[in-house]
Amino acid sequence: MSDIVNTVDARGFSCPQPVIMTLNGIKKANKGKMEILVDTDTAKENVSRAAGAQGWVVEDIQPEDEGYRITIRKEG
Amino acid sequence: MQKDPNLLVGLDVSDDAGVYRLTDEIALIQTLDFFTPIVDDPFDFGRIAAANSLSDVYAMGGRPLTAMNIVCFPIKEMDNKVLRSILEGGLETLKRADTILVGGHSVEDPELKYGLSVTGIVHPQKFLTNAGARPGDLLILTKPLGTGILATALKADMLEGDATRRITELMATLNKDAAQAMEGLKINACTDITGFGLLGHGLEMASASNVGIRIHAEKVPVIPETIEFASMGLVPAGSYTNQKFCSKQLQVDDTVDPLLIDIFSDPQTSGGLLISVPKDIAPSLVERLTEKKTPAASIIGEVSGSNPGMIQFY
Repeated sequence: MSDIVNTVDARGFSCPQPVIMTLNGIKKANKGKMEILVDTDTAKENVSRAAGAQGWVVEDIQPEDEGYRITIRKEG
Repeated sequence: MQKDPNLLVGLDVSDDAGVYRLTDEIALIQTLDFFTPIVDDPFDFGRIAAANSLSDVYAMGGRPLTAMNIVCFPIKEMDNKVLRSILEGGLETLKRADTILVGGHSVEDPELKYGLSVTGIVHPQKFLTNAGARPGDLLILTKPLGTGILATALKADMLEGDATRRITELMATLNKDAAQAMEGLKINACTDITGFGLLGHGLEMASASNVGIRIHAEKVPVIPETIEFASMGLVPAGSYTNQKFCSKQLQVDDTVDPLLIDIFSDPQTSGGLLISVPKDIAPSLVERLTEKKTPAASIIGEVSGSNPGMIQFY
């Protein structure tokens, strides 16, 4: 399967909003690869945990602009 | 800084309230606290805000007498009934605390806030601070932790009605019974657990008392759902901020689940009292707290003479 990347842009939102957006994205995608953009350390940590709790693997966290690009993946 | 021999607890220390001696028998306790809504129901919010504001007086070993409302309210956008309900909730709680509402002040503000300034009294030689903990003391906590994380879950609409009910009642519970349980016993130090969490307020006690504080992680009472929501990423920013702020004075043993550290640094609204009591007094205090049915009456750790100004979780 090719890497179809869904992106969730949670910048500008404070917790728990980025977590809710991530969980909604996960529900919709079910599996595959997803990127979440956040702009606080709290959101970075919480989004990573939210993904982990749903059985997704945090592949990469890259600093980007004033925040982070978090890449998560779940194999089908 | 102003100097006045009658100022017994002031700005120079990080304690719960100011204490000012009026006579050889009476000292005034003054405190102020207000915040944005933590629950949806306005009456409950009023109750919680009042319990939270009164708590600082109880934490000093005092008796609250009078209170004044502080209100920020978006009068153009929000129904007046909401405000009335908040104030009624506050009033109900003041009554339970035998405290009289004497006035207040409100301003128009786009963001709703409510709280109270509470005035109480205490004997000028018998008030409790966070500075008296002694090596060998045991530490007792009177409410379980987790309200910050569960309030975040509530905001995310992920908390069930029953759990919401339980944390609401927990936050609206006065620290009055816990304060009464301490009366007449030799208590070395006391503080209430609020925005800095057990970690931050424990460290304040460690620094002010120049002692080390050791907390047995497994003994700390935690609201049942907290771990689950913490592992799901519903941790408030304040928890991470508290950990960062305290990191240099914090020591965590490998055996402690890192999730528990998030809970220990979780900002509490209207949290319980953290009491430092001589070891031989601890059983009587626990017995009294249990009799009064405080939400928790747990011995969670001890005070040590080594590592002053540090907190250790083991």
